[in-house]
This record gives sequence, structure tokens and C-alpha cells, in this order.
Amino acid sequence: MTGSRPVLTMTGISKTFPGVRALHDVDFRLFAGEVHALMGENGAGKSTLIKALTGVYEIDEGTITLDGEQVAFSGPMQAAAHGVSTVYQEVNLCPNLSVAENVFIGREPRRLGVIRWGETRRRARELLARLDLDIDVTALLGTYSLAVQQMVAIARAIDVRARVLILDEPTSSLDADEAAQLFRVMRQLRDEGLGILFVTHFLDQVYGIADRITVLRNGTLVGEYRTEELPQFSLVEKMIGKELDVLERLDEQPRRVVSSRADATALVDTAELGRKGAVAPFTLRIHAGEVVGLAGLLGSGRTEVARLLFGADRADHGQIRVDGGKAPLRNPVQAIDRGIGFCSENRRAEGIVPDLSVRENMMLAMQAARGWLRPIPRRRQDELVDRYVQALSIRPANPDLPVRNLSGGNQQKVLLARWLITEPRLLILDEPTRGIDVGAKAEIQKLVVELSDGGMAVLFISAELEEVLRLSHRVAVMRDRTMVAQLTNDDTLDADRVMRTIASGTHRKEVQR
Amino acid sequence: MSSASSTTARAWRPSLARRHVPVLATLALLLVMYAVGVSQYRAFSNVQVVFNVFIDNGFLLVVAVGMTFVILTGGIDLSVGSVVAMTAMVSASLLQSGLPAALVLVVALLIGPTLGFLMGCAIHFFDIQPFIATLAGMFFARGMCTFISDASIPITDGFWTTMSQERIGDPRGNFVSISVLIALAVVLVAAYVLTYTRFGRNVYAVGGNSQSALLMGLPVGRTRIAVYTVSGLCSAIGGILLSFYTLSGAPLIAVGMELDVIAAVVIGGTVLTGGSGYVFGTVLGVLVLGVIQTLITFDGSLNSWWTRIVIGGLLFAFILLQRLIGIRFK
Repeated sequence: MTGSRPVLTMTGISKTFPGVRALHDVDFRLFAGEVHALMGENGAGKSTLIKALTGVYEIDEGTITLDGEQVAFSGPMQAAAHGVSTVYQEVNLCPNLSVAENVFIGREPRRLGVIRWGETRRRARELLARLDLDIDVTALLGTYSLAVQQMVAIARAIDVRARVLILDEPTSSLDADEAAQLFRVMRQLRDEGLGILFVTHFLDQVYGIADRITVLRNGTLVGEYRTEELPQFSLVEKMIGKELDVLERLDEQPRRVVSSRADATALVDTAELGRKGAVAPFTLRIHAGEVVGLAGLLGSGRTEVARLLFGADRADHGQIRVDGGKAPLRNPVQAIDRGIGFCSENRRAEGIVPDLSVRENMMLAMQAARGWLRPIPRRRQDELVDRYVQALSIRPANPDLPVRNLSGGNQQKVLLARWLITEPRLLILDEPTRGIDVGAKAEIQKLVVELSDGGMAVLFISAELEEVLRLSHRVAVMRDRTMVAQLTNDDTLDADRVMRTIASGTHRKEVQR
Repeated sequence: MSSASSTTARAWRPSLARRHVPVLATLALLLVMYAVGVSQYRAFSNVQVVFNVFIDNGFLLVVAVGMTFVILTGGIDLSVGSVVAMTAMVSASLLQSGLPAALVLVVALLIGPTLGFLMGCAIHFFDIQPFIATLAGMFFARGMCTFISDASIPITDGFWTTMSQERIGDPRGNFVSISVLIALAVVLVAAYVLTYTRFGRNVYAVGGNSQSALLMGLPVGRTRIAVYTVSGLCSAIGGILLSFYTLSGAPLIAVGMELDVIAAVVIGGTVLTGGSGYVFGTVLGVLVLGVIQTLITFDGSLNSWWTRIVIGGLLFAFILLQRLIGIRFK
């Protein structure tokens, strides 16, 4: 690493979208010959910062200097022309073209407008050799693995006499070996003097490769640290933004009694259930009447677990048993048939149909479970809707109002009612209390307790540890898309221990340096 | 390097043939059909039979080349048949009114690309489905034909009759028309453009993944507009070749031709979703269509509608083949 002037400096960057302050007075600097990790939870502003740098977004305030010269790019293309290249999580190349062509398309060597294919192939081979990749450059890109495609994308990026390489979550769809290969290339490029800005959700990878870490939280800069001076535990603290002992003091709720259920048949039992690129194989048992909390950072794979259990994504590994019988859940209908309900975290996009009335929204899941050919009699509808409007105290208590006119908390309750009407045996709640007011939050928490006392199993996903601890019998901890621990919620468990588990895990996957 | 070589081993390497399978299948089919013809009918082995296939389908070939550009980007152009007819009608009507042949050619060659450019703009700037935009173009051009005249207009111009009747042959009496040479020239130019120019490669890139192409900084919009313009130009050339062939302009000629053209392109191995295919395949596709017609003509007892039935079957088979290869590909 050089102690000299940074190759890239961003100073006082602010960016506001209608209603959201995405970045506020953020500083960032990148030296030549370093790998610099940009860390933060989802929504912390990492993507916005990168897009501000590459000119996808126009910044409201602040300056960007590259090699001491102030710049304002009009877009990724212009940024690349100035040596700031980006490789995205998705491989943005054309699978139907050859490897060589993917590296050079748009700037192929030409003579009098005629593409010189021999020269193109030769230069592509040279570039890939620099990345330690010896492949047939005339073969179609689509015939190679995702990891190789990613390398080709990097080859394309570094060809433009790049000085800054931005890797936006490059490893999220790679397996461990492939990621290791990518890191080897990153180290090599770093040693050649490239400044690499690395965005990832995987904490281990950061400690395996990054020289320096910048942490963002809620669009503001938390700080810039040398990796060896920032223990993993402190990094998580800084990302989440709460001192851990403060969390501990918040949690004064009595522990919930855990009945011994080890012998009983689990309601839902997964054996090494997993999906490549989404969540590593996990084994989880959920019994009737049990609340299992799912804790972990945003993006750690919590929602992916829920989607697998609900059949919204198809597992490509392991199996799932319901009531002890094998039950391949290929789609949500099969899950609903077996008594599994799922309240999505994204209630606007995946849950509520805003233009339909409260009544219609509530009846959707039940109608789907019955099949569309068997309409639910109006009288039965009224009965059910009235019962749940009362039970969940949905306001205003008018079932014919379009759901869009309700507050967020009440929309959430309507969504909850939709699943409760189907009388599920396992209800998956993904962030059911996010973005709703305190009163509604307390009501929903109370409801979860009541439901589980009545024999319903609940998988409760929340970013708020105190909430998870208050409600759950057991807490499963997710980290880096792996279920790293399942903790019984007894007197020894507190937010601090859960947090430590999130930060360090029980079994670390080592990334060789 | 040990890791690099393991990467090579792990990656699934296609034989060069795999991406050429559709074209090779078409070539095999063509050879089989020709062999069947030769074995069944003595006169089929006459070289002139092959030349006649070119003479009768030269205009189809040119239009199919334009369509290949469009389908390579993942689009479709339904207007080609109507544009062919409109170009022939405009030429016939302008010649009838006494304009010099050279001027008529220029005007006729401008109409198609202009319409194609406009459709391309509609598709790109207003994000209109190619199917709909070119359907509108198809109705417009067909309507213009009848607007010009609702009856057929004969062409008596000297240049046209020369082009129509001139035979370029070998000493043994086999010959092709000038139209065939023009069509082959178009094929060569198109193949060159697709292989050796940035525009040509962008066509493949857009068809492969237009989102990626955009992020790779390729001029996606310009490419998309250009392919419809190219298709319009090819339709215009096809229209002129057709008017050479029939020495007239008729408002209801080439009705449904767009479907034959799409069939020829697809049978020629170009994938309907875009990104894969060759002009050479399109030539083979057109020849397959031509040979089927010839076989049915030679048979004499079969209704010409059998052509359609066979084409229908082949089209289905080839789309199935593409799908199968496509699945292996992923």
C-alpha cells in the first residue's frame, strides 16, 4: 500500500431521492494498490455511493476527484473511459458471443472499420492470462461457469487502462472455490497497483481480502478503518449502530417457557435444505406451538430461508418433511395445502393488492387454497372478515375500503389476517413489524404469542433482536447465507450473545490469504 | 496455473458443431430433399433446376436476409410482404407516369428503409412491441398499394424488361437472371456486415442480452432502429426484384410473404429469441422452401398447398430443435 495521495477521493457526497436521504455528507477515499471494502446493511447507501461515483446518479452535493482532478461522470461508460470500471453482481455480458468478443465488443481492434478477429482473440488471450485464466477464447461465454464469466467481466473492465475497479457483490453467486479464485485475481490486480472497491455482504470475505473498510449506516459515514484494527465484532456493531450492552438493557421481558418437544414429531423438518446462490443447506425443526426466531443481518439469507420453506423458491438441495412425511414444496400452493402461510417482508410488492378492498385482500389466500372454482359464500366471508377486523383491531373497521387507504400497520394486519383465515399450522412472518408504529407493533407481538399458545408454529423473522428474543422459544442465527447456530432462548441468551454469534459464528469458513 | 487449467477442465466446452447444429441440420435436410428429387425424377438432376430455385426465390432471399438482421436482435418484422408489394406498386405506377427508370429506382429504394426507420424508432423510443409496430406498418403499406391502384399495373419500361429477360448463362444453356446475382450480392454484403463490422456484432449482442449490451456501452437503440431500416431496405430491393420478375405491380401480391420469410429464417437456424444465427443459414432456409415447391411441382399430382403443410411441419421441427439445443445450452 502506498501512503501517498489516494487515487480516488469522494468528499461530502449527498444525494436525496424524493422522501429519502440516501447519502448525507459521505467521504470515501481509495488508494492505488488496496482492496477497500464498503460495508453496511441493505439500504445503508453502498449502491447509491457507487452509482454516484460512476455517474448513474447525479449528486446533490460533494466533489469527486480522480488522480487529483475533479470529475463528474455522465454514466458508467464515461467513468470506464476515465479508468473507473464496475463489475456488477449479475454478469452483464452476452452469453451468445465468444469470450474474446465479450472482452472487446464495442472497442474491437479494427482496420478501416473491419474487425480484426485474429488480433481480438490474441489480445483477449493475453488479458485472461493476466488473470491466470487459460480458456478457449473462441468458445461461447455461456458455456462457461458463472465464475469464469465473472472473470471475463473483470477482464473487460480492466482492459480500459483501469485505475479503479468496483466490484459490486461479485461473490454472491459464486461457491467457495470460485470465490477463492476471484480473490486470487483481486490480490494480483491490487499488487499491480489497481485500486479495488469491494462491496459484499460476507464478513469473512472482507477479513480475507480487504486492506481497509469504510462503513456506512443509513446513508451516513460511520468511519474508515484499517481491517486489522477493526475486529469483526466491532464491524457488526458499527453496521447496526447500537452498542450491544444498550441492547441488553432494553431486553427486560420475561423468558418464555420452552416445553420439551424433542421427542414429538416436528411440524416442519428440513434436512440440509438449500439453494445455490440463495442459502446454504440448513437443518431446522419447527414444532407445533413453537416460535422460532430468525436473526441475522439484512441480506444474511433470512428471507431466502422463508421462501424455501414456503416453496416460493425451489430448493436444489436436501429435503423438507411436513408431519414427518416427505413434502417437496415446489410452489406456494403446495405449501398452503400443507398449512404453511407466509407474510412477506415486502408487503407492498408481494403481499397487499392495494386496489382491492380489505375484504378481498383477506380472502385471497383462502380462496387460493380452496381453488377458484369454489367461491366462498358471502355470509362466510363477512363472518371471517368481521372476526379478524375485530381480533386484530384493524382501523378503519370498514372491510370494503381499498387497502391502499390504510396505514402501513393496518395493511400489515390485513396481510396477517389473510393468512390467519386459512388457519395455517406454520406461519412465516418476515419482518412483520417493520415500518409500523409502536402500538401496532405491540399488538402484532401479542398476537404471535397468542397464536403460538393456541398451537400454531411461527417462524418469526426480524432485524430487531429484542423483539426476536421476546417472542421466540428458539433463535436460529443466519450469517453469510448460512444458518450458523440455533440457540435455545433460555436465561443465558441475550442480545449480546446473539450479536456475537452473528458476528463470528460457530464455524468459520476460512478464506485463505 | 494449476487452478486455471482446472477451470478449463471444469467448464463445459462445446464442440464447434453445437452452435452450428441448426444450420447443419438444415444443410442435411436440403441435401436429403435434393437426393430424393434426383432419385425420383430424372430431370431433377438438371443444374437448371437449382438455378430456377434461385430465380424463383431471389426476392424472397433478399427479404429473408433483412429479416435475419431483425430476428437476430430478437425482434420481428411483419411489414416485409406489404413493403415488397408497395415498392413494386410505386415503381410500376411511377414508370407508368413516365419517370425515368433511374429516378424510380431511387424513390422505390428509399420508401422501404424510411418506413423501417420509422417503425424502428417507434419500437425503440416508445417501447412498442415489434410485433405491433410492424403490424401497423404492414397494414399501412398494404393500404398504400390499393391507394395507388386497386388493379395491377403492367411495367413496359426498357430497363425493367432487360433486367427481367436478360439471362446470364454457361455454354450448356443453364442460366440465372440478373436478380439472382443481385440477391447473392446482398447475401455476401450482409454476411460481411454481420461478421466484420461493429454494427453486425452489436446486432448479435442486442439479441443475446440487450440489458447487458446497454451496460457494456453498446448503442442498443441505434442498432435496433438500424435493423428495421436494413429490413426495410431489403424489402425494397426484394420489391424491385419482384417487379423485375413479374413486370408489374399488383396490390395483392406477396400477401402473407412475411410468414414465408420468417419460416425460411427460422428453418435456416436463426433463433427466434435472437442472438444466434447466420445469413448462410437463411440462404439454406430459402433453398429448402424452394426445393419443396420444386418437388411438389415435379410430382404434378400434389396440390400446391402441400408446400404449406410441409413448411408447417418443418418449422415446428426446427423450433423444437432450437428449444432442445437451447436447454442444453443453459
